[in-house]
Amino acid sequence: MSQARHSIFRTGFVHIALIAYTLISLFPVFLTIINSFKDRNAIFRAPLTVPTPQTFSLIGYQTVLGQGDFVTYFQNSFIVTIVAIALVLLFGAMAAFALSEYRFRGNTLMGLYLAIGIMIPIRLGTVAILQGMVAANLVNTLTALILVYTAQGLPLAVFILSEFMRTVSDDLKNAGRIDGLSEYSIFFRLVLPLIRPAMATVAVFTMIPIWNDLWFPLILAPAEATKTVTLGSQIFIGQFVTNWNAVLAALSLAILPVLVLYVIFSRQLIRGITAGAVK
Amino acid sequence: MGSLQLKSIRKAYGSHEVLKGIDLEVKDGEFVIFVGPSGCGKSTLLRTIAGLEDATSGSVQIDGVEVGHVAPAKRGIAMVFQSYALYPHLTVKDNMGLGLKQAGKPKAEIEDKVGKAANMLSLDPYLARRPAELSGGQRQRVAIGRAIVREPKLFLFDEPLSNLDAALRVNTRLEIARLHRSLKATMIYVTHDQVEAMTLADKIVVLNAGQIEQIGSPMDLYNRPANVFVAGFIGSPQMNFIDGARLGNARAKTIGIRPEHIGLSRESGDWKGKVVHVEHLGADTIVYLESEQVGLITVRLFGEHRHAPDDIVYATPMVGSMHRFGADDRILA
Repeated sequence: MSQARHSIFRTGFVHIALIAYTLISLFPVFLTIINSFKDRNAIFRAPLTVPTPQTFSLIGYQTVLGQGDFVTYFQNSFIVTIVAIALVLLFGAMAAFALSEYRFRGNTLMGLYLAIGIMIPIRLGTVAILQGMVAANLVNTLTALILVYTAQGLPLAVFILSEFMRTVSDDLKNAGRIDGLSEYSIFFRLVLPLIRPAMATVAVFTMIPIWNDLWFPLILAPAEATKTVTLGSQIFIGQFVTNWNAVLAALSLAILPVLVLYVIFSRQLIRGITAGAVK
Repeated sequence: MGSLQLKSIRKAYGSHEVLKGIDLEVKDGEFVIFVGPSGCGKSTLLRTIAGLEDATSGSVQIDGVEVGHVAPAKRGIAMVFQSYALYPHLTVKDNMGLGLKQAGKPKAEIEDKVGKAANMLSLDPYLARRPAELSGGQRQRVAIGRAIVREPKLFLFDEPLSNLDAALRVNTRLEIARLHRSLKATMIYVTHDQVEAMTLADKIVVLNAGQIEQIGSPMDLYNRPANVFVAGFIGSPQMNFIDGARLGNARAKTIGIRPEHIGLSRESGDWKGKVVHVEHLGADTIVYLESEQVGLITVRLFGEHRHAPDDIVYATPMVGSMHRFGADDRILA
């Protein structure tokens, strides 16, 4: 009896803590969205109130969408993020498989070398990267961004995925070898489906910094045709005047795609088909 | 078809030697069991035969053909793993047919072979299920079916029953024995369970610390163990080892007597002793006896006996049941 009461108290406490955390994390998002639907005066007069019929205004969205280029910006962000995630997952998983599956000279050293990237921010190499991109004629292309983001995402991906790869049963891989599967089929058909939850985790971790990044688009691809959403929104932030309606509307719009991608990946996070494979 | 020759197989990880020169011949249709304590190298040896590990030196021949550099899939073997190792995303049918599909066999032939194997193992109702929807015993049967479908020259079993509960273990053991009789295939089986080894094998290979201690039929190993290790490993409860000097035998360092080869009497006998502990198993009664002359010995009596701790009894070894081992722990001629 006391056991039961105790556990109810505990779950209650955990839920209160989690709800509080959720509210705190969602508050800025909420604030951004409600203010994006208000007129300029209302934003400054009462930033914490929801839009009323008097203050409701779509002027921010009209400005953003009327700008015309925003569709391109979104498209650019999408291409860069999706392609970079795909490359990070593919190459990260392949490297992780090699590191965890094969014994070769310098295995540990190679793993450490790849993990160093987690500790050293890629931005330290910005000047060299820019010089490299200029030399390769890749400035103002989406390719430049994709390459940089792939490099940026790989260390963490290799680190997380190789830990997960180690948990895939050796017997399963060996059974595949005896059945005549090539190493590539073992990787794609046996191992990858089993570590799908880990891949989803890596995808989420990789996606958010890429989508939100301002630094590399500004330096490597500031041309009109290659601007990303984050960079595109900056035109509304001036040195003297900031068009808050437009900025908030642009940010609100930018949240949506990330949310959609997150929902897709998090479904994978929960689903796992490992159960029953090996005892 | 389905013979195997191993010639001085060595396997080392760095400076640590796991297999120290294994020579073995397996004839067509034999059921050979590798048995030994954990870490004796029996699984490594099996994986070397399968081609999942490369031997550091030595040669593996299947049907007289050197397979040292042949991929596992091309060796004509099939393996059953302790953890079943079924493909979780494939149905039972696809699990069993994958090997043939990879080998490029026509669909009709795959259907046919999978059907036959499923029939043999009574897996027909489960063909469309996935491994997650099967019980442990069913999963292991699927794994065995996957091996049968390939019609291999050699069946390799890596502790296939260790994950099953006791009742299921006996059933599956019977099934494997039946399978061996009906397929007449060569089977190599690794286990640490001596009951499995004794009941299934035509030939047992006892391994210890990367070396073969003895090769022989189950009864050979039981009746004529070549050394102290085999004598102690085969048979349960373990053989009694008595210091040779205590029995006045100058030549033998150790004398071994199996617990079932000692008789007990309340009146008279060779060794007087006090009962320390008794285990009543119904069919057997195991008596632990502390005697002045030979120390602590185990006696296995058939049927029920009313001995209790602190009873004074006399033990007498049966005639001709003593195994004499020399200073090098090997049997004396």
